[in-house]
Amino acid sequence: MHGMTVIVKTISSWVKLLIFLFGIYIVIFGHLTPGGGFAGGVILAASYILLMLAFGREFAEENLSLGWASKLDCAGALLFAAIALCGLFYGGGYFFWNFIQHRYLAGPGHALKLVSAGTIPLANIAIGLKVMASLFLVTLVLSTFRPDRSAKEKE
Amino acid sequence: MAEIYILLLFVIIAAIIAVETRKLLSAVICIGAVGFGGSLIFLFLRAPDIAITQIVVEVLGLIILIRATISRDVTLISGDREFFGMVVSIVILLVIATAGVRVLETLPAFGTPIIARLPDAASNTYIKEGLARTGAANIVSSVILDFRAYDTLGETTVLFTSIIGATVILRKKSRKLLEELE
Repeated sequence: MHGMTVIVKTISSWVKLLIFLFGIYIVIFGHLTPGGGFAGGVILAASYILLMLAFGREFAEENLSLGWASKLDCAGALLFAAIALCGLFYGGGYFFWNFIQHRYLAGPGHALKLVSAGTIPLANIAIGLKVMASLFLVTLVLSTFRPDRSAKEKE
Repeated sequence: MAEIYILLLFVIIAAIIAVETRKLLSAVICIGAVGFGGSLIFLFLRAPDIAITQIVVEVLGLIILIRATISRDVTLISGDREFFGMVVSIVILLVIATAGVRVLETLPAFGTPIIARLPDAASNTYIKEGLARTGAANIVSSVILDFRAYDTLGETTVLFTSIIGATVILRKKSRKLLEELE
């Protein structure tokens, strides 16, 4: 698998950065505009899948290897659980208590700003990381791990 | 309203073609048409969050499905249908259809949400106090990540577990075999 033609490679080398930036925008502004962690994470994964389709699997694996993708996946899940546990231990007394909002950002002056809503942007970033890594892993796994031919050859 | 019904008709026709067509690739493309129609319907119903998620997941799913199906061959099932099986399936379909019609009669009319009838509904609280209590301007985000964050945790766990399952089942050699080879 060596990727596609020169036209596809050139265009995707320009477009990949824009798609990645748009994904980051959707994740970070998830508490202000439509979008959020899940949609932004899927867009981030799509930029890597574009690389994989245009330049071949090996090129995408050099950028984001299987081990790093699974580490990012676990990091996103752990970050989300840690935010939930912080609400439990950091004074609120129950799971998913929005401790940053209630402690530091309370009051009307913070609405509609980028730094607002307490733990919600952090949770968006965690979910975005997780969804990006896991959807990239699914595509990588489905295209890498073809039905095993070596087992048949042994027989 | 008219555009929603036109889109619904388009989605239904695409779904029927996806079931009835003989080529695997055109069936996958028809599934993509179903998804894009659904995303446009969400946009006309003024739900941009769901529309963005739907269209993005649809593109990604279409790519994965095309990659997975493009080199597979299709096995066509031929032969006559069994009489007994057909009777049983028609009876089950009739029972489900009558139950569905009875349920649909009790639902409120299209376009009248449940908060218009029940002032004590939980969604009323979300709309009134969402900005004050969470600080998030996007009400959907304040619901799924603050009021109903348990649901999001469950969704994340489902995704995590499915990735583990896919990686373990689809990999070429088991870890035990690799250790033996070393």
